[in-house]
Amino acid sequence: MTLVCVKDLHKSFGDLEVLKGVDLDVAPGEVVAIIGRSGSGKSTLLRCLNQLEQHDGGNIEIAGQRLDAEAMAPSELSRNVGMVFQSFNLFPHKTVGENVMLAPVVVRGVNKQEASRVAREVLDKVGMLEKFDAYPAQLSGGQQQRVAIARALAMKPKVLLCDEVTSALDPELVGEVLLVLEALAEEGMTLILVTHEMKFAHDVADRVVFMHHGRIHEQGDPKTLFNHPRTPELRQFISAVR
Amino acid sequence: MIEFTLWDIVRNLLLAARWTIVLSLIAFVGGASLGLLFTVLRLSGNRLLKVMIGVYVDVFQGTPLLMQLFLAYFGAAALGFNVSAWAAASVALTLFTSAFLCDIWRGCLEAVPRGQWHASRVLGMDYLQTMRHVILPQALRLSVPPTVGFSVQVVKGTALASVIGFVELTKAGTMLNNATFAPFTIFALVALIYFALCYPLSRYSRYLERRLYDAGMR
Repeated sequence: MTLVCVKDLHKSFGDLEVLKGVDLDVAPGEVVAIIGRSGSGKSTLLRCLNQLEQHDGGNIEIAGQRLDAEAMAPSELSRNVGMVFQSFNLFPHKTVGENVMLAPVVVRGVNKQEASRVAREVLDKVGMLEKFDAYPAQLSGGQQQRVAIARALAMKPKVLLCDEVTSALDPELVGEVLLVLEALAEEGMTLILVTHEMKFAHDVADRVVFMHHGRIHEQGDPKTLFNHPRTPELRQFISAVR
Repeated sequence: MIEFTLWDIVRNLLLAARWTIVLSLIAFVGGASLGLLFTVLRLSGNRLLKVMIGVYVDVFQGTPLLMQLFLAYFGAAALGFNVSAWAAASVALTLFTSAFLCDIWRGCLEAVPRGQWHASRVLGMDYLQTMRHVILPQALRLSVPPTVGFSVQVVKGTALASVIGFVELTKAGTMLNNATFAPFTIFALVALIYFALCYPLSRYSRYLERRLYDAGMR
């Protein structure tokens, strides 16, 4: 059974072909780490999965829902796919609690009490419950990112996409965010992460996907992939990031 | 010849300053309403409207306010409308203000980072929901300092209405000068009154900007 099914995905920006036929199946509960050089198409792949970019060719199916060339209503898509960004993108004019409650109330029509209950639950999960009434500007980067994760979780997505979620953080703040993601993975959340954290990919991911020039160049379980890379490109990439 | 005491001069200037204030208010309230309408129409997604409003903004930003006043006053007369200096000044200043505010507000809407749109979209919000709950509240806060700041330009712009015979502060100064031949005293007083009107607005605008900065919005 697959939750996310990508077949022969193509995407170009003008003359530049960024994705040149990507196939990827993700099972429920699986944690997939996508690695690769910048410009290899990994972020574009992620953005196609939630229609922040519209793909030009191929198929994407998530939980039986097909994403066609025609954009799906955002509210439909948000039932299946959540996303966390590199730059957090919290709403600066709203408190932590309001950030988390906004979409359930506005999009799903959940009443305020129920939304508040869910918000407290997910904020507790990421260890940010005591900051319920704080504003994003009063939080550290790591704390903001944890709130952003809680905000995504409040919509109860089936798969959570994480786009370099620790890249904008000071080194000492990376750990707290990775711990939250690790806990989610253990709970059985399906995660697709674009990441530069090789140790995290190695320790937490079920599968690592190496992208190169718009294609999946090599993939496999992390231990094999990192210890015995088959292709020279992956070998070079691993030695460069270590 | 009648003798003018300093108090006479000051009193007459202050009386005329009322009309500067009234004209400023008309221009600002009218311009803000029209500017808001244009901002909304620009966002509506209609390409033709967008282009037309773009041209409107460019024309009013790219021509001197003085010419706009002349056109409103003499142009209307040439077309057979008998407009008062009052009406012409109000219309010209309102259009001028609306063009600038429309552009200022467009900038404020665009200043809200793209990431806010992406985050809202991914959370399932559509265009209107995103506008209402995420973009507008932030753009509104961003817009207050430059809007208040622009009101200073409006107050000073009313001085040009004197050339079409509208008796406000500047015109009153010119008339008093013709009667007293004390230009330095009179125009210093005129400038002082403008300053007294504008300086608090500038300070308020700066204060709002600092508050915005402290709130972490920038």
